[in-house]
Amino acid sequence: MSLRQEHEIHTRRKGRNVGVGLMLGGFVILVMVLTYVKITQLDFQIPNAPNTTTEEAIN
Amino acid sequence: MTDITDPKAFAPEAQLGDYFALLKPRVMQLVVFTAVVGMLAAPVAVHPVIGFASILFVAIGAGASGALNMWWDADIDAVMRRTKGRPIPSGRVAPSEALGLGVALSGLAVMMLALSANLLAAGMLAFTIVFYAVVYSMWLKRSTPQNIVIGGAAGAFPPVIGWIIATGSFAVEPWLMFALIFMWTPPHFWALALFMRSDYDDAGVPMLTVTHGRPATRRHILAYTALLAILAIGTAFTSIGGPIYLAAAVVLNGLFLLGAIRIWQRDEDDSEADNFAVERKFFRLSLWYLFLHFGAILAEASLRPWGLGGWS
Repeated sequence: MSLRQEHEIHTRRKGRNVGVGLMLGGFVILVMVLTYVKITQLDFQIPNAPNTTTEEAIN
Repeated sequence: MTDITDPKAFAPEAQLGDYFALLKPRVMQLVVFTAVVGMLAAPVAVHPVIGFASILFVAIGAGASGALNMWWDADIDAVMRRTKGRPIPSGRVAPSEALGLGVALSGLAVMMLALSANLLAAGMLAFTIVFYAVVYSMWLKRSTPQNIVIGGAAGAFPPVIGWIIATGSFAVEPWLMFALIFMWTPPHFWALALFMRSDYDDAGVPMLTVTHGRPATRRHILAYTALLAILAIGTAFTSIGGPIYLAAAVVLNGLFLLGAIRIWQRDEDDSEADNFAVERKFFRLSLWYLFLHFGAILAEASLRPWGLGGWS
């Protein structure tokens, strides 16, 4: 049996599945960009390291 | 094999747009716009990415509360002409799917807003979702003619959340924006209730038109519009106001009051004769009213960096 056997429901729900996939992809990209912006902000502090900025932590 | 005697075999397949419709996109537009104004009117600049993500999560939270509202009110929606085409009463989406989507998106939106902005903003979003889905939808809507008055608070929180996204704290100014939406909501919905006529009656929703009669609703619209005008014009002299806002507020409140007086002067025969033309016009104006007030607040805030916004 082929692994790529198409069922009628696959074609019927194609629009839905593609849409959900695109949204999940967009969400992943958004979280990545948000994380980058957060950790490159000057006032960012590493958790459990009060009064330690990113720059100080690296040095 | 499809059994042609099984009606489920012919049930319409829910598309992505049906799930999107559960989130009440038109309400989301208002939420996004007022939250953006609240965020940009705040005296603290927000990084564009953080601002975009935070407003997106506020919109998702608002949409989630819309899905929960549609799940709970499916029986009412099926009776009312205005709402019977919604995804649940039309059979395109199962009630359990709407409940699942609402709960999941609520959790996601609150959690992500806490990460992108701050805990206070996330707490306010959670409070707003609970207020709309539980306090308004499950409790007030079916029990009191003040449903739209108190429930209007749910739609008024977004500018407060927007402000907290930027500042991380409360202040007086966002509550003025809250009050503006709060006072605007009753005349807006009562005008709708007047020209939707028997809809709320058929659904057993105790709207003011049903419990106190239509002449009383007309009087209430005028009273709330007069109080709203005092509040809206008074806001011009606070730190979020300015000459642009004052000019907009004077014109808009003048028109709004005029509309409310016309509604108050009419009786049912007048309204039936022209198919509620004045009430419909007042309802359309109410949409522009809120949009332009918040647009004026945004204009004042946008001009501030050049020393032009506000009274200074």
